[in-house]
Amino acid sequence: MNEMPHGIDAGPPHAATVVARTQESPAIFSLRLRLDDAAAQAAYRFAPGQFNMLYLVGVGEVPISIMSDPEDRDGIGHTVRAQGRVTQGLAALQPGDTLGLRGPFGRGWPLHEMGGCDIVLVTGGLGCAPVVSVIHYILKRRERFGKLVIIQGVKHAEDLIWREQYDRWATLPDTQVLVAASEGAALWPWHVGRVTELFALANFNPECAVAMMCGPEGMMRVAADSLLARGVPESRLYLSMERNMQCAVGRCGHCQFGGAFVCRDGPVFNWGEVKTLLAHKGY
Amino acid sequence: MFPRPDPPGFLPLTQLPSLVAQLMALGYQCLGPAVENGAIVMRELDAPDGLPRGLQAEQAPGRYRLTQDPHQRYFAWANGPQAIKPQAFAPQESLWRVARDAAGKLQFAAVLPTVSAQAIIGVRACDLAALALQDAHFLHTDRRDPHYAQRREQLFLVAVQCAEPAATCFCASTGDGPTPTVGFDLALAELTDGFVATAGSAKGEAVLNSLNLAPATPRQIEAAQQQGRAAAAAQTRSLPDRNLRDTLMSQLEHPRWDEVAARCLACGNCTAVCPTCFCHAEMDTPSLDGYASEHGRIWDSCFGEAHGHLHGFNVRPDIRSRYRQWLTHKLATWHDQFGRSGCVGCGRCIAWCPVGIDLTEEVAALTASEARP
Repeated sequence: MNEMPHGIDAGPPHAATVVARTQESPAIFSLRLRLDDAAAQAAYRFAPGQFNMLYLVGVGEVPISIMSDPEDRDGIGHTVRAQGRVTQGLAALQPGDTLGLRGPFGRGWPLHEMGGCDIVLVTGGLGCAPVVSVIHYILKRRERFGKLVIIQGVKHAEDLIWREQYDRWATLPDTQVLVAASEGAALWPWHVGRVTELFALANFNPECAVAMMCGPEGMMRVAADSLLARGVPESRLYLSMERNMQCAVGRCGHCQFGGAFVCRDGPVFNWGEVKTLLAHKGY
Repeated sequence: MFPRPDPPGFLPLTQLPSLVAQLMALGYQCLGPAVENGAIVMRELDAPDGLPRGLQAEQAPGRYRLTQDPHQRYFAWANGPQAIKPQAFAPQESLWRVARDAAGKLQFAAVLPTVSAQAIIGVRACDLAALALQDAHFLHTDRRDPHYAQRREQLFLVAVQCAEPAATCFCASTGDGPTPTVGFDLALAELTDGFVATAGSAKGEAVLNSLNLAPATPRQIEAAQQQGRAAAAAQTRSLPDRNLRDTLMSQLEHPRWDEVAARCLACGNCTAVCPTCFCHAEMDTPSLDGYASEHGRIWDSCFGEAHGHLHGFNVRPDIRSRYRQWLTHKLATWHDQFGRSGCVGCGRCIAWCPVGIDLTEEVAALTASEARP
């Protein structure tokens, strides 16, 4: 894999300010952040798939993937589900509020290996966030890639965020959008059922396709089986993993997955690197 | 590496305080064995002759008792619950702090420890091997840990040969003891009338030279070597003398994990006494007014419920998966990370397990071919 940007080290964080806040769904919100130190902001680089540690003063840090465009030098975008102690506090932040940020960390998507290929993105729930920056990346450099297939599954129809974006992406040439909700709702235009039921509809050339997955591990296992059965080679199948991350630099030990430190050696892995252990529940 | 060590010297028994005095004169805070709550711990010596004599540590699964050594030796106790891990990797420390300035801006600042030079007297070969692994984790990566580094650089290590391994010891099988061979500044082998003293670093050699010792005789050197061989032969436990990685990783659904999980209390004692465990949690301590906070780390255990916590669910929800994580990390995936097993054979996890789970016995069960499902 290529070198990933690593700007800010283990700590302390840099001070950052919320420049915009969007409520995406009842529980999901996006923060657009800018580092207070203008030089640090200008120098900040990341690769899609990498993450930052966001620090809520007096409460703690949480790893959040970066969903903005890597060439957007003016701010750093994060989409967060208010779920735990830190994220519920982050949800209360408004434009002008401050927090800490360190990053980027980890290994992102191997976008340089994907030129000329069809791209299949399989995401579940908020797993779409780390992949959205990939979509932006591809759409900005559309001529470098083949077909783009976006497959997104959610539990409830109201969990689908960025609905207008999905609608817009669906109208683009050579772009297929397949969305499923396990539980539908009135006026839900997409599939009702498991996201894995949509794989048969995906239109791509398995011999020249790269697949990227992010979401619940059970979903990714089923998706991988299906993609491999369609003929996508294992070497072109990638996933982003989630584990408890506290230090983000491969030191605190919580995110270990076999010999890998997910924060440092991942979160993006090739399927072959993790498939054996993923088969063992509770590993 | 330290190039050409001088031949070992012989430190008469009565002269041991002069070594401590010399280290104190050089400005070292000297730590040595002391008895606290019925166990050997490392504490600061207030006087050069403050080292205790005649202590032995009788150990068995779930058992640790100090007994009297009939020979009144200084270092006949095999080990205490804690190796020298806390001296480099502090059990709890601050990493950085943040405060709001008058304008409401956040000001972050690193917090580095202030440490004084420390000499530790009574370091075991297994402790040195464990320290080398901690070094590999905290220092030899692309992101050097400044807190660990600062403490580590200040250490002067006086190692001692183990002549009386406990029943829980198995360092001979892991290749890490009982005689210290690398990683020390000075090493002592205790004989009836004194110590064969070997320098392992330029710092150690300078200290040794300042003591003006007579060279150890070939007979004394041979006696020390013989003592090491006897201590290795006396060990009653062992781990297989091979890389267990592939074997253990092929046994992740072995019924033994359920069996050991039924006994394991998930108390985390084994990880607290393990000299190579490096997991730590990060946490914040906010000031009462909420305007400042200190961000620190504290030793953590993969047996704790929070270790595998992820928004809304636990990656390792049961004791089976936590014990499996601990054992397979220590003995299998450690090879991927550091090129060797993470076990140095100190046996602490056996002695300090409240229900006496024996790592060597679990490994034997997991790797016994007839037990494979």
